[in-house]
Amino acid sequence: MNRPIRVMAIACLVMFVALMANINYVQYVDADDLNARDGNNRVLHDEFSRERGPIIVGDRQIALSVPVDDEFDYLRTYRQTNLYANLTGFYSYINGSSDIESSQNSILSGSDPRLFVNRVIDLLSSEQSKGGSVELTIDPQAQRAAYDGLRDLEAGSKGAVVALDPDTGAVLSMVSMPGYDPNPMASHDFEAAGEAYQELIKDPNRPMSDRSREEIYPPGSTFKLVTSAAALQNGYEPGSKINSSAALSFDGIDYQLTNLDGSSCPGSTLEAALAYSCNVAFGAVGLDLGGETVREQAEAFGFGDDSYLDDLTVAPSQVTAGPEELNDPQLAQTSIGQYNVAATPLQMAMVAASVVNEGTVMKPYIVSEVRSPEADPLERTQPDEYSEPMSSEAAAMLRQMMQATAEYGTASGVGLPPGSGAKTGTAQRGEEQNPYAWFVCFDPEGEVAVAVFIEDASGVARDDISGSGLAGPIALDVMNAVRPQ
Amino acid sequence: MSAASQAPPVLVPRKRRGAELFLLVLALVVGVGAYVAVGLGFNGEVPADTYTLGGGMAVLAVVAHIMVRRFAPYADPVLLPLIVCLNGLGLAMIHRIDLSLEAEDSPFGPFATNQLMWTFIGVAAFLGVLVVVRDHRRLQAFTYTFGLVALGLLLLPLVPGLGANINGARIWIQVGPLSFQPGEVAKLCLVVFFAGYLVVKRDALALAGRRFLGIDLPRGRDLGPILVAWLLSLGVLVFQRDLGSSLLFFGLFLVLLYVATERPGWLVVGGMLFAAGAYFSYLTFGHVQDRIHGWTDTFEMYQTGQFAGTYRYAQVVDGLFGMGYGGLIGRGLGQGDPTETSYAWSDFITASLGEELGLAGLMAILMIYALLVERGLRTALVCRDAFGKLVAVGLAVSFALQVFVVVGGVTRLIPLTGLTAPFLSYGGSSLVVNWAIVAVLLRISDQARRPVPEVRPLAQDDATQVVKLR
Repeated sequence: MNRPIRVMAIACLVMFVALMANINYVQYVDADDLNARDGNNRVLHDEFSRERGPIIVGDRQIALSVPVDDEFDYLRTYRQTNLYANLTGFYSYINGSSDIESSQNSILSGSDPRLFVNRVIDLLSSEQSKGGSVELTIDPQAQRAAYDGLRDLEAGSKGAVVALDPDTGAVLSMVSMPGYDPNPMASHDFEAAGEAYQELIKDPNRPMSDRSREEIYPPGSTFKLVTSAAALQNGYEPGSKINSSAALSFDGIDYQLTNLDGSSCPGSTLEAALAYSCNVAFGAVGLDLGGETVREQAEAFGFGDDSYLDDLTVAPSQVTAGPEELNDPQLAQTSIGQYNVAATPLQMAMVAASVVNEGTVMKPYIVSEVRSPEADPLERTQPDEYSEPMSSEAAAMLRQMMQATAEYGTASGVGLPPGSGAKTGTAQRGEEQNPYAWFVCFDPEGEVAVAVFIEDASGVARDDISGSGLAGPIALDVMNAVRPQ
Repeated sequence: MSAASQAPPVLVPRKRRGAELFLLVLALVVGVGAYVAVGLGFNGEVPADTYTLGGGMAVLAVVAHIMVRRFAPYADPVLLPLIVCLNGLGLAMIHRIDLSLEAEDSPFGPFATNQLMWTFIGVAAFLGVLVVVRDHRRLQAFTYTFGLVALGLLLLPLVPGLGANINGARIWIQVGPLSFQPGEVAKLCLVVFFAGYLVVKRDALALAGRRFLGIDLPRGRDLGPILVAWLLSLGVLVFQRDLGSSLLFFGLFLVLLYVATERPGWLVVGGMLFAAGAYFSYLTFGHVQDRIHGWTDTFEMYQTGQFAGTYRYAQVVDGLFGMGYGGLIGRGLGQGDPTETSYAWSDFITASLGEELGLAGLMAILMIYALLVERGLRTALVCRDAFGKLVAVGLAVSFALQVFVVVGGVTRLIPLTGLTAPFLSYGGSSLVVNWAIVAVLLRISDQARRPVPEVRPLAQDDATQVVKLR
């Protein structure tokens, strides 16, 4: 009987080898995947009770873990939530996490591979592992100026401000109004945390959606910068003659594209058309260039892309609602930023930034540096080129045209420092609704590009100048906050 | 020199009881050390009752050791330390889970005190078997008694008023506050019954029938016993909804049939019967389908939260999360989150151990099981009588199958079927029976390794030659 016993011994060996191979797979090969899966309460609980690293702006911690006396040991706490909630996001046991808290979770929680050595040391010394810190590119003064500007508008106003460093793409300011307070959602009273989250989700103003990047709006006349760039790339010059008539008619259609006040354009050059924001002129330029050229130019600036910012989610800006073929009236309207054009304020700030960066768009970034728990730098974000929508010559010409707009055009009332460039915009909504007001600009030295968007420009006439009267001063304040005084 | 004078070297049997004592000390260090580590990991202090508990464990182990010295001096020296180590680790882990359950105000537990009590009873059963069964061959006389007892035990949970339905399986009997799983005891009885039956019938069953693909298939008329075993297993599956035990019983019978007859053909027949039974149950029974889907679509089920009435999907994923969380070296005893998994103290205790002791610890535990099985099979190999061989193979393979089914299920190698991890899981019936099983193995190995009694040659006298008349 010994032969079959030996066969059974081999069979048992095979079973044990299979079990051992399988636990090696589960606990070693597959372990990282298992730890990253949704619904893994152990990892969540472990992270939640760890000292999570701070999120830093300037030299202030705007999100930090405060020791408390309960089962989790640390309570995530947010400061200056008016200014920063749209960037930090929230970190909650039952609601998940968002924004930087979510995208930089591995550093903040300390589980990042770059912190491996720290974890080994903590393990050997029986210390509780800590998370690393994340520093943002935000300029606190610019952020404060942007927030104050939006806050001082009529009560209940909604809007957003974005300021970029044109040379690097660093986001200097990013404000969305209305904001929210992430602290209740981080509460260890999970029931209250869940209610706070549900309340924010149900709020019709959608305070958790960052209007500077997660929502798209018709950019109105600020889109004429894109049409201008396309024109300058295709043989036009600031002095090129344009259609300065009061209306643009289309064969066989009972529709006319008119200038805002119904009169003819005060100038006859491309520069003047931009400065006075003449709809007819840009409608005609758009028709001359063709729909494909306008679309390609917009896409070169970032339209259609949904990943033009690291670490934070962005909505893709659009030229048309879908891959539709535009007829002439639609193309003419598109060329002046109406019809189905829609963009994020961040996208429009990128357009302005490229003008003062020799036609190159730098990829925007919000995290300047991640550090170990001991504040040793782990990685500093290196500026990266995003696209080259314009030649440097075209960019120089567009800069000159925007400077003209600030000097004598629709933006002249704002009082920007000499040498600044700007473009105003007012996008129509329904007859009963207040228009959207836009203002994009750059400073004389080309150190900052700003886009201001006001969703509900209440009490404003439906023209560019009034819109710029609201949005322009905010942009000026932000610009001044960044520039060395 | 004649061939006769070249006698084979005399094998001097060694008792190796000293080695056993040394290994026992190691096993106690592991068990008590785990208990201390739980206290340090959970509260940061050495548990106050370490000395009483450690002392109690030591007394148990030493008493068992002395009794083995006295009643089975030639028994295998590794088996007892192995199970003391497993039992100690299990106790420490169950105590550790108690601490978490208490902190969570769980309605379950505490389990450790009961398990300690069952350990005492288990050791008592171990000693009882060693003292009462002085020669395992005596058991063969009770072959059919064991068979009837096994059948009765399997049927017991179905008796109205006595049987209890726990977690959908009707495998418990409830007497007052005590619940008991008679199927565990049936396992031991069945092995003895199978062995006794097959020793007698193996010659007939070994007769070859048709030859197919180089394998001799059994004759059709000999299929009776295997069909009965198959139907019995299906009965356990259908009426008690106990997939694990059903698999174990049929597997055991098949293995013993093969070992007794040395005919691989029986494995072919049995494999086909198993496949047919598995397919039939899959088509017919909802709870079998649930298990299969819970195995193939585990994570999808978990994510979509389709757990209504089938908590086991969540259980498997929670167990895997725990093992992944443990990683290579584990969170450390007392520092993981094993109670995230339901039944972390019974069927899923290997996942709990994997979480806190890591891959390294779980590999070591599997190694202990593998050694246990190996020593059992070695006992079967050296055993001098067919009945003892079959019992030893049956018991060793029952451990192997049980570990494979429960650890494989927990780690998602095979579909999950409920069985306890021998010596580790919480559960009185399982613990006591497994101690008794090891006592039987020790008894057989003692018999096998004992020096052959000297046979005095009779005085050569042709006139008084014994003549066999029959």
